[in-house]
Amino acid sequence: MPSAPAGTLYRGREGMWSWVAHRVTGVAIFFFLLVHVLDTSLVRVSPEAYDAVIGTYKNPVMGLGEAGLVAAVVFHAFNGIRIMLVDFWSKGTRYQRVMLWVVMGLFVVTMAGFLPRHLMHVFGGE
Amino acid sequence: MTTTTQAAARLPIENPGQAYQRRKTTRGNFELYGWVFMRASGVVLLVLIFAHLFVNLVAGEGISAIDFGFVAGKWASPFWQVWDLVMLWLAMLHGTNGVRTIINDYAERDGLRMWLKIALYTAFVVVVTLGTLVIFTFDPCPPGAAADLLPSFCTT
Repeated sequence: MPSAPAGTLYRGREGMWSWVAHRVTGVAIFFFLLVHVLDTSLVRVSPEAYDAVIGTYKNPVMGLGEAGLVAAVVFHAFNGIRIMLVDFWSKGTRYQRVMLWVVMGLFVVTMAGFLPRHLMHVFGGE
Repeated sequence: MTTTTQAAARLPIENPGQAYQRRKTTRGNFELYGWVFMRASGVVLLVLIFAHLFVNLVAGEGISAIDFGFVAGKWASPFWQVWDLVMLWLAMLHGTNGVRTIINDYAERDGLRMWLKIALYTAFVVVVTLGTLVIFTFDPCPPGAAADLLPSFCTT
C-alpha cells in the first residue's frame, strides 16, 4: 500500500499521477489554445501584424516552449486513449498500469520523431 | 419532491434484503452527455491536432516557414477552413468542459466558483466567435498589402 495521509482518497502510483498529469497538461493546452486563436486572428488585421507576432514564436526560448507544448499534447492524447480503454474495455482497469507504461513508450517514440526535426527548425538557421 | 423520495419517507426499509435503488434525480443527464462528449471529441481531436502539428511543425520547414503566406495558402482551401473550424469548436468545447470540471473540483467557495466559471464561459464565447469570424471573413490577398508578404497566387 502506498502511504497517504489519513483522510485523503489520493492513492499515489500510476493511477493518480497519470490523472494529475492529464489535468496539468489539459489546463496548459487550454491556455495556449486561447492565446493561439488570438495570435492567429492577427491574419485578419494585416500580414505585417501576423508576421511580427509569429516571428516571436521562432526565437529559441519560444521554440523550447513549443516542444513542451507538443509534449503536453502528445501525453494528453495518448493518456486520453488509455482513459477510454479503462472506461470501455472490459479488462481496462486491470491493465491501467501497464497501459500507462505503453503510453509513456509511445510518448518517447513520438517525441523522438518530433524533437530533432523541430529543434533543427528552431536552432538550425535555415 | 419526487414521488420516489415521498414513498421512501413513508416506507422506511420495507424490504431490507432488496437491492439499493438509486433515487431519481431531477437534474437531467447533462454530466453524462459531458462525459460522453469528452471521449468522443477526444478521439476526433487526436486526429485533427496530430495532423495540424504535422503539417505546420514537421512537414516542410516547420515553424521557421510559418508566416502570413503560409496561413493564407492553407485557408484558400475550404478543406483547411473546415478542418480548422471543427478543430476550433471541438477543442474549445473539450477544453472549456475540462476546466469547468477542475473549477468545480477545487474552487470551494460558491462566489469564487461562480466568477471563475463566468470568466471561463466569457473566454469561450469570445475566442470561438473571433476564431469562427476570422476563418470565414479572411482574405488571403488583402488589397494594399506588400506583395512579398502574400502567397504567390495573389499576384498571378
